[in-house]
Amino acid sequence: MITVNDLVANYDFTKLSAETLNRTIENAYSCDLLSWVMAKGKHNTAWITVQTHNNILAVAALLDFACVIIPEGIKVDTEIIEKANEQEIILLSTPLDAYHIFKILYEAGIE
Amino acid sequence: MDKYFKDERDVAMRLKYQILRDDFTRAGEASSKIKKVLKQLAIDATVIRRAAIATYEAEINLVIHSEGGTLEVYIKPDCIEIYVEDDGPGIADIELAMTKGFSTASVAVREMGFGAGMGLPNMEKVSDNFVIESEVGVGTNIKMTVRYI
Repeated sequence: MITVNDLVANYDFTKLSAETLNRTIENAYSCDLLSWVMAKGKHNTAWITVQTHNNILAVAALLDFACVIIPEGIKVDTEIIEKANEQEIILLSTPLDAYHIFKILYEAGIE
Repeated sequence: MDKYFKDERDVAMRLKYQILRDDFTRAGEASSKIKKVLKQLAIDATVIRRAAIATYEAEINLVIHSEGGTLEVYIKPDCIEIYVEDDGPGIADIELAMTKGFSTASVAVREMGFGAGMGLPNMEKVSDNFVIESEVGVGTNIKMTVRYI
């Protein structure tokens, strides 16, 4: 079992929002087409997307994702971070790209 | 396909939201509120998930494609009924609109990750019963039923 907390503690991920990171990650997914994500996304997913507008929060909330990972150092507006805090959605930032994030998640036990 | 009509029988709870055209900053809010209510009612997680997908896609469609409209949810003893009504512009070819990957969304909207041509197919997929009626120049009505079992 890996939690979002483990990711932030052990690898190159930074917490952008949410009070606690105590969410279990069971799946990983990367896609930037929101309807595609709505169709395929599973519970407790770590979702990697380059989209940073507030609709990613709706998708993450509706599908009960573990966290949203914004890769490659892409900046996220403070307004979105505030909204994520309000909705208790975990946003993480990382300089890594999707491939390297998947590698870490795989090595951490998500298969 | 069944005719669109609002079945007012046995409605335990009604939720209604006005959705505005091009209101991207609030898109998804109505669906999130609906999900919260369903969760409070301790409705089965799979049912909530399907209803969440149906309402979200409907809400996004109203924002992107319609002149504005309403999203209504009837919570009943055996199912959730979702009614979507808009003020136009209407869909000329429903079969084409229901085709996976077909979209009339603008480039700007697509760059935000919308307009994958998956909205209507997703809505049909998660519904036990799906009714769509549309008239160009008038509007589109959709009814989706998600049963508890």
